[in-house]
Amino acid sequence: MIATLLRISWTNLRRDRVAQALTFLLPILFFSIFASVFGSQGRNSTARVRIAVVDEDGSEMSRRVVTGLKTESALRVRTTAGADEKGATLDRATAERLVQNGDVPVAVILPKGLGATAMAFGPSTGAPRIQLLADVSDPIAPQMVGGLLQKVTMTAAPDLMMKGGLTQFEKYAGAMTPGQRSAVNAWLTQLTPGSATGTAATAATAAPAGFGVGIDTVDVMRKGSTESLVSFYAAGVGVMFLLFSVSGASGALLDEVDSGTLERVLSTRVGMGGFLVGKWLFLTLMGLAQLTVMFLWGRMAFGLDLFHHLPGFFVMTAFTAAAAAGFGLMLATLARTRAQLSGMSTIIILTMSSLGGSMFPRFLMSETMQKFGLLTFNAWALDGYLKVFWRNAAVWQLWPQVLVLGVLAVVFMTLARTLARRWEAA
Amino acid sequence: MTTHTDVLTVAGARKTFGSVLALDGATLTLREGELLALLGPNGAGKTTLIRAISGRVLLDAGEIRLFGRPLVSRQTPPELGIVPQELAVYPSLTARENLASFARLQGLSSNDVSAQVKWALAATALEDRADEPVKGFSGGMKRRLNIACGVIHRPRLVLLDEPTVGVDPQSRERIYDMLTDLTRAGVSLLLTTHHLEEAEARCNRTVIIDHGKVIAAGTMSELVDRTVGRHRIVTLTLDAPIASLPAGVEVAADDARVVRARVADVARELPGLLSAIAAEGRAVEDVEVRGPSLQSVFIHLTGRELRE
Repeated sequence: MIATLLRISWTNLRRDRVAQALTFLLPILFFSIFASVFGSQGRNSTARVRIAVVDEDGSEMSRRVVTGLKTESALRVRTTAGADEKGATLDRATAERLVQNGDVPVAVILPKGLGATAMAFGPSTGAPRIQLLADVSDPIAPQMVGGLLQKVTMTAAPDLMMKGGLTQFEKYAGAMTPGQRSAVNAWLTQLTPGSATGTAATAATAAPAGFGVGIDTVDVMRKGSTESLVSFYAAGVGVMFLLFSVSGASGALLDEVDSGTLERVLSTRVGMGGFLVGKWLFLTLMGLAQLTVMFLWGRMAFGLDLFHHLPGFFVMTAFTAAAAAGFGLMLATLARTRAQLSGMSTIIILTMSSLGGSMFPRFLMSETMQKFGLLTFNAWALDGYLKVFWRNAAVWQLWPQVLVLGVLAVVFMTLARTLARRWEAA
Repeated sequence: MTTHTDVLTVAGARKTFGSVLALDGATLTLREGELLALLGPNGAGKTTLIRAISGRVLLDAGEIRLFGRPLVSRQTPPELGIVPQELAVYPSLTARENLASFARLQGLSSNDVSAQVKWALAATALEDRADEPVKGFSGGMKRRLNIACGVIHRPRLVLLDEPTVGVDPQSRERIYDMLTDLTRAGVSLLLTTHHLEEAEARCNRTVIIDHGKVIAAGTMSELVDRTVGRHRIVTLTLDAPIASLPAGVEVAADDARVVRARVADVARELPGLLSAIAAEGRAVEDVEVRGPSLQSVFIHLTGRELRE
């Protein structure tokens, strides 16, 4: 008897492709995505952090720091207003705008006087400090750039650092003898970067703590990191569950096919086009309400600054809900049964959510995966919400996201209308 | 040929789905105020024909004319009402909300919606339950509401696909009373059913379709005359098996005590039959005389072979 029950269950599974996909394909897909994102840390495929560097000092020291940063494989450095090192040299204001616009997560400002004072090896009071203009919604990039900057300042100019140290030594201990100076000069030659016998890296990594360059991180978004995460997760989780809820609600379409109410509605003055538009409008309003409730809860429970971003929020929410509603209807018209719709939507939505940034920020992903993520619905919606809540973007600045979501809504609805023809007439 | 009383004519309707020939030149006519039964075995083409008339199936060949106009678009004409076999109502809505929703979708004005909903609730005897969600209704109540939703916009022609399936005799009576009231108001009805005795008792004419073709059409008496004839079947139950069967008498069942005979004139032939049985030394315990039925006509025309 048990064998018979096993055989029945096995036959059911064998004939249910959606169940097979959920059982075997989805876990593999997720494993692959997570492994690609988190398992590639430290490999070449890890995302290179884009930074802007402003050299206000123009000294030998600052030039060497810039060169050193450019040679770091983990960084992609730009020093000009245009990409690919074209256009005018960056200044502080332009670099700050790049950070605020989300073009780079960090801008490094090498202040005037850095070369002259950073090598002083004395009390650092009044010495100019390197500034990191950062978007702290990305908590990793500023930390990483700060660490690399310490390394670069030590490895880029060990000879200059030594000269600074010797100057301090002579200031307090008296001038060196000609013999001592000759020996030191010979040693300094070896410390100069590019010297055949140089051991700069070793010298730099051996630099004692406290002798590094002073670095200040400046949050140019003028917000706290807690709120950053709240807005990210409100958008991420909100969009993912929006997709789930509209897909589930779109299943009512299949219920109407089964119950015959669709046939009856089609026999009225409402055609299939009107029927789908009615469904789409309802799902859009439902999505709008769902996201509004989510963000209101974020405001009440976690202090999300919703009320200062209402125009942008409503524009993004309206277009996100409209596109999600179209997506749900497209899936429903594609599916033959409720069970098929449920399985298919689970696979597609979870995949899109992981690649599109609903589960973890896309800046954790490799550049290739980040670009791939732009093929997903979630990425465009989340980018829009982050622009609104994090970058204080004006409504007009949302046009790329609004355009893509608007086009997606039209494409999804066109596909849904085409697929729904099978219910109109045979 | 279409006359002024023909509200629907189907001529040479042909439709194939892949390799399956669903309609093979089906032809029928429905007159004004008529209740026409469309009968046929499973898979005979009834539902395809109903869907073709409602614009849901596009014919490969042939023509359908509604009220003298050819049906050319997928849009269901407003004069047409559809009552599908499924319970096509919204279970979470009340009876009143369902009726009002379909009335609005049919384009009725607010005043007409109120009036028609009131009429429909009375016609379906659902006034007391009008504001309860339909999901709590019995099968018969849902069936009645299903019909009311299809006629809420006062169509002149209604297509009903098995409107009484799965309901108790009381609800079936009520449903046919509703349909009779509609025909009295001049509405023409075309219904499919497997309840042959109901079709025989309630419908004006019958059309029998098989393998996509209309194989018979007419009133009950016309169909009887053309098929099984007007003879009666006399079934006799005897006190014991008879040793020798009189001429024209055959054993009717496994029980050899039951015999039967076909008679054209019961009054004239039955005494002779009883005498012949008595002459064989047997006593008659019971006599049953059965006239021709739609069931016998149907079986005569479509055979006893099972259809899938």
